[in-house]
Amino acid sequence: MVMNNELPTPSGEVGEEASAYARAVDERGQANVALAGHGVGRPRARLAGALSAVLASRWLGAVVAVLAVALPLLNADTYLIRIATDALIFVMLAVGLNIVVGYCGLLDLGYAAFFAIGAYTSGVLATKFGWPLLATAPVVVVAAVAGGLLIGGPTLRLRSDYLAIVTLGFGEIIRITANNLDFTGGPNGLYGIPDFGDFGLRSDIAIYWVTAVVVCVAVLFASRLGRGKLGRAWRFVREDEDAAEAMGIHTYKVKFAAYIAGAVFGGLAGVLFAAHQTAISPPSFNFLWSALILMAVVLGGMGSTPGVVVGALAISLLPELLRGAENWRYLIFGLLLIAVMIFRPQGLLPARTGEPKPRRRFGRAARKPSEVEA
Amino acid sequence: MNEVLLDVRDMAVSFGGVRAVDGLSFTVREGEVLSVIGPNGAGKTSAFNCVTGFYRPSSGSVRFAGTDITGKRPAVIAASGIARTFQNLRLFGDMTILDNVRAGMHVRIRQNFLDAVLHTPRYRRSEAAATAEAHRWLDFVGLRYDRTALIRNLPYGEQRRVEIARALAREPRMLLLDEPAAGLNHGEKAQLLDLMRRIAGLGIAVVLIEHDMGLVMEVSERIVVLNYGKEIADGTPGQVRSDPAVIEAYLGVEDGEQS
Amino acid sequence: MHNLAQLVFNGLFVGSFYALVALGYSMVYGIIKLLNFAHGDIYMLGAFAGLTTLSLGSGALGGGFLALLVIMLVAMLATGTFGVVLERVAYRPLRNAPRLSVLITAVGASFALEYGIAVAYGPNPRVYQIGVSGGAFEFAGARLTYAQLAMMAVAVVLMVALDALVRRTRTGRAMRAVALDPKACLLMGINVDRVISRTFFLGSALAGAAGVMAGAYYGKVDFLMGFTIGLKAFTAAVIGGIGNMRGAVLGALVLGLLESFGVALFGSQWRDVFAFAFLILFLTLRPTGLLGERVTERV
Repeated sequence: MVMNNELPTPSGEVGEEASAYARAVDERGQANVALAGHGVGRPRARLAGALSAVLASRWLGAVVAVLAVALPLLNADTYLIRIATDALIFVMLAVGLNIVVGYCGLLDLGYAAFFAIGAYTSGVLATKFGWPLLATAPVVVVAAVAGGLLIGGPTLRLRSDYLAIVTLGFGEIIRITANNLDFTGGPNGLYGIPDFGDFGLRSDIAIYWVTAVVVCVAVLFASRLGRGKLGRAWRFVREDEDAAEAMGIHTYKVKFAAYIAGAVFGGLAGVLFAAHQTAISPPSFNFLWSALILMAVVLGGMGSTPGVVVGALAISLLPELLRGAENWRYLIFGLLLIAVMIFRPQGLLPARTGEPKPRRRFGRAARKPSEVEA
Repeated sequence: MNEVLLDVRDMAVSFGGVRAVDGLSFTVREGEVLSVIGPNGAGKTSAFNCVTGFYRPSSGSVRFAGTDITGKRPAVIAASGIARTFQNLRLFGDMTILDNVRAGMHVRIRQNFLDAVLHTPRYRRSEAAATAEAHRWLDFVGLRYDRTALIRNLPYGEQRRVEIARALAREPRMLLLDEPAAGLNHGEKAQLLDLMRRIAGLGIAVVLIEHDMGLVMEVSERIVVLNYGKEIADGTPGQVRSDPAVIEAYLGVEDGEQS
Repeated sequence: MHNLAQLVFNGLFVGSFYALVALGYSMVYGIIKLLNFAHGDIYMLGAFAGLTTLSLGSGALGGGFLALLVIMLVAMLATGTFGVVLERVAYRPLRNAPRLSVLITAVGASFALEYGIAVAYGPNPRVYQIGVSGGAFEFAGARLTYAQLAMMAVAVVLMVALDALVRRTRTGRAMRAVALDPKACLLMGINVDRVISRTFFLGSALAGAAGVMAGAYYGKVDFLMGFTIGLKAFTAAVIGGIGNMRGAVLGALVLGLLESFGVALFGSQWRDVFAFAFLILFLTLRPTGLLGERVTERV
């Protein structure tokens, strides 16, 4: 198999002298020629350009993370800390579901099942077996992976419509089971769940900090996953499953990877939730929750980490501003979902398409092809 | 004579009573350029789909490089060295040109999820190498557009080029092209001809489904003619052109004339 | 309650409700390959439409079976119309959009419907002021109430009417044709949009009828009553073979029976889990259902 650096150069345009295109190819540089419909240099609307630049900046995430962690130092009001913790947990759920729905295009309507698995696993271990909460995290990961394998196994072979309803069914199964078993506390659930340990701080601030660190790391990991090889595979499967298969990509395995990644995020969010609430019960894991998480992902921008974070913050914090009108809120969310899908399916902050900003000019002769098997 | 690479024997597949492929047999040798032609509905794309695993043949066998690949999953078949393009151009529309080509080399990129999450040196190296190689394949097919652009913004002819680059990035031993010249103008077809010759020059066997007889006659070493799901002729362009069964199926084919 | 005949009868009774809802699900899926996630909520809407009609026309209708039929017809009209509007507003604009978008829209529609009703009627269950009690008789050890029998009869009548419509009228033929090949229908001059609207109307009307009967039988309605029914209807449609109308009915009856026996064996709190377990079982082992056709997807 011939694969060397002396590939034959493409022949030039028939009968014409070398254009900017051909020269660019020969020089292996960027062809600075306009695409149809765009001016040279891709001008964009100023505000959208500036906003995109800010959002695309690598530093935005770091700034937000620092702010999140610094919050208790600025204002340690109990109420504020409580809703901030709730919001962060919701962000983690949204980021996890984003992997499944946003990156890979699998409509999971029962995501709360993993949230429940995480919360109940750590809750039971802590209250019935006296485990310290942090120690339950590895078990939660195992439980979430197991749950993902069990639920994903039959489900991920199905086409998207069926997948949606079956995941919903699983969500209900988990909730009803938790409701029916004494082991999980029945309809009253578990209470007296300890926090992460006394760091000499006010208990809710300690929980907030653990949550903030975990969630920031989770968001970073999810974002990086999306930009790597597996993230590309997810997007290929989402765009066109058959073409992805033709590329040698085992779509079933790729879907599984997304599902399990989402499960782990959901499960760990469950641990945070258990610590934060100190008491958990089945109604916290019903379809309403799964739907709200989905809304955060869709409204924020499927497949876009900053979008999903914003969507999650909006959905979890807005109700605090508009208290009391719960049913109106959900009615509006439902209508919003329809409107977004019809008029702006990419969401508030769409996923960044395009190459990551290069730090060096690519297109030059290959450097170290050793990481790509010949 | 080169080794037999693809060996299709008595392959058949039906769709609710319609026998799309009905006892088809042909071979492809290492490095040869073979065209599969036939009237519309003759079963050409269906045959491709059976070979590449998108349809499961109801009978017959497909062997590639000595291994039986009948009815296996498309991903497995692709991994064994067969790459293809699609009749209706199935690119990953909302992704960049480079990403599309990276799809082709995807399984060869050495990077796991930990590398991606932790941005290990292996992550950086594999990403850089993948990007560089993607550029090389795009150079090879002669793509002269900003490669960070979204693929759906490209003109049709250029999209076809990228689809071929994507298939080549698989580093296949055999490349199946399903109507690569469809929708191309005269100049673009000339470039396609040149490209196919260069691909064959790399040692890759090229099998193409085509309707443009001029192109077929120019580029093929051998031609298989299908009708009603079965091969009715198999030989050099000269032999096929004067084969009465072929002429009958097509109601006459003249040099350079499109069917 | 463990008498075999009673279990069978209970199963058939619940199954006939499921059947009415599953039919709509299956019909819509058959014609536009969409699982109308909001379908269960249309059942709920029917129940509430009946409730409103009842309170508006209170007294004039009396409280008996005749009143039930009247409000059922009104509710069927209301839900049928709503189904048409839903399709027009939420689904038609997305005909060419990727599957994911339409599914998400359907979830949004379901949500909007549920909480719209919650806003309009309040979140608490509302009472159905209809007296459908009245006598029962014994048969093979089972207790069959006249109310149950009457409702089952109504359900059967509706299903037979639908079957006749689909098999013997032009509309029905058009529906079957569009389900098989919409593009060819366009070429034949069939107004595909209208056929789709009619399908939505019929399916939604049936669901609405079931909603009214459920309200009357159980005596109360609440805004979330459609949620579980939607899932059960889907399960029934899958068991019978999605897209197949007779399959929907068969699947519904089978599901009703399975649930009835399951509840007897495991207790009523496991009823839904049992049903969903069957859904997953069927999708894994026999995705085409009992009467379904094999679907090979062309690449």
